[in-house]
Amino acid sequence: MLKIEDLHFSYKDKPVLDGINIDVKQGEIIGIIGPNGCGKTTLLKHINRNLTPAAGCVLLDGTDIKGMKKSAIARHVAVVPQSNEIHFSFTVRDIVTMGRMPFLEKFRGESSEDIKKVEEAMQKTNIIAFADRFINTMSGGERQRVIIARALAQTPSIILMDEPTLHLDISNQFDILDLVKKLSDEDGLTVVIVSHDLPMVVRYCDRIIMLKDQKIFAMGTPEEVLTPENIREIFNVDAVFEKDNRTGQNTVRVFGSCNYK
Amino acid sequence: MTTSETAKRKRKVLAVTAAVTAVLFLSVILDLTQAFIPLSIKEAFMAVFGIGSDVNVTIVQQVNGPRVVMGCMVGAGLGISGAVMQAVFRNPMASPYILGLSSGAAFGAALAMTISIAFIPMVLTVPLFAFIFCMATTFLVYSISRVGGRVPTETLLLSGIAVGSLFSALVSLLTFLAGDRMQGIVFWTMGNLSQNGWEYTLIVIPLVIVGSLFMVNRGRELNAMMLGDAHAKDLGVEVKKVRLEMLIASSLVTAAAVSFVGVIGFVGLVVPHIMRILLGPDNRTLLPLSMLGGAAFVILCDYLARSVFTDLGILPIGILTSLIGAPYFIYLLRKRKNEVGWN
Repeated sequence: MLKIEDLHFSYKDKPVLDGINIDVKQGEIIGIIGPNGCGKTTLLKHINRNLTPAAGCVLLDGTDIKGMKKSAIARHVAVVPQSNEIHFSFTVRDIVTMGRMPFLEKFRGESSEDIKKVEEAMQKTNIIAFADRFINTMSGGERQRVIIARALAQTPSIILMDEPTLHLDISNQFDILDLVKKLSDEDGLTVVIVSHDLPMVVRYCDRIIMLKDQKIFAMGTPEEVLTPENIREIFNVDAVFEKDNRTGQNTVRVFGSCNYK
Repeated sequence: MTTSETAKRKRKVLAVTAAVTAVLFLSVILDLTQAFIPLSIKEAFMAVFGIGSDVNVTIVQQVNGPRVVMGCMVGAGLGISGAVMQAVFRNPMASPYILGLSSGAAFGAALAMTISIAFIPMVLTVPLFAFIFCMATTFLVYSISRVGGRVPTETLLLSGIAVGSLFSALVSLLTFLAGDRMQGIVFWTMGNLSQNGWEYTLIVIPLVIVGSLFMVNRGRELNAMMLGDAHAKDLGVEVKKVRLEMLIASSLVTAAAVSFVGVIGFVGLVVPHIMRILLGPDNRTLLPLSMLGGAAFVILCDYLARSVFTDLGILPIGILTSLIGAPYFIYLLRKRKNEVGWN
């Protein structure tokens, strides 16, 4: 459903992405990891054409997004950005309703269908109770839920998340990702997450893409990709991939930099 | 609970609209009564429909009429331009006057008056020059104050003041060089609604209406842009295109307003802020209400300028709006963004 073919991108003369090929199936949760500056966020920005590739293409259901209107792309791809600080006293409902923007025609307000989609999105993310509160009075975790609700109101087939749990406490981190996992399982939503949090991506992602030096270094299930060798190669960090006996969960345990053994 | 909240908000918008309309209506009627020997309210009202003595009808229809309509257009135009600039720059201090746009437009207009190009009537060259210099000022201030995709208050105000002062000085220079011919300019730079017949008013009306329609129509996109460019882009908004459109439209409207009545300061700052405090940040309601409020504010100030300060002759309205607006601006700076709908 989402296909990235031989994607190249450079910033000024410096190559940032060099021949990226990815094929994402519907309902998959994909994690993109890699050191700072490896092009993770740049790759994400190409998926909804916030950046245009120098060569190669991004296909949504077989259509190259190059020729699509911005609003048409936004009907398929929603984004949950890294920072969600909002300084205006819009209500939660106002913000979630903005998710319907790509569907609205000029000179027209929201239809009852749009309002229904907004209510559904708020129900799924469990924020109905504070629909009338002001966004600028809310905590980081609550705000992130609102932004996810806005993304859902776009009724997208793909959600892109750029470090969605940054700035959140541990319990909120799990809550947010459990929610994402549930949406993916129940509604067949495809999710692409950029993250630095290895235990998190192991727990929630079906597939992991490891970027290094503008290229895909490894791609596959968490178990295949997050080997001690790969992690050392990419992050210069000493870590092991293991199954926890008590919970039966896979995880990555990180011990420290390889320089200080 | 949810539906009642929406209904509550609708009622609030209606109440504010009704109140502002009442103020506007009252100010218009009061302003129409103003003359050497003021008319009674009833006389003025009747004269609007051509009933009453010839003198009264002439005063109301030919002298005060174009003046009041011009005042409404100028107020509405400056009000909506201010609201739009605050959204585009994502900055509560933005307004045509503070950013030096009014001075830029004033310089363009003064330049056209000075050189008064042969064969083309001044009534066309003045707004054209005003628009060109207003646009130039907009992009100059915007590019100076932009730091890494953001427009911080500090640099925005500083570059606005610097560029504005430059153009003000240039206007003074023109006035000085032109000598006696330019006596009119001095009065005009202080903001003044008095020397306008219908011919000027009829030029301003379409400019303000067209520019404002453009802006009102983008309320939804402006809401998304207030969250940040990245948010707006992700929601499918063509951010660059919309921003350019808005800067052109607000420059057009500001230039149209400034061309014929000079610099009337602080309308674009004070009015959108009051509306935002009353109604919240939603540009879809904020923009039309800023037009209505701007018109009411200007006409009210015009009435005060003509009725309260009669001993001083006719007080230029720009002095009065600044007397009210500047303290409010200082208050905003003190309070920063808190509690004015921005935080």
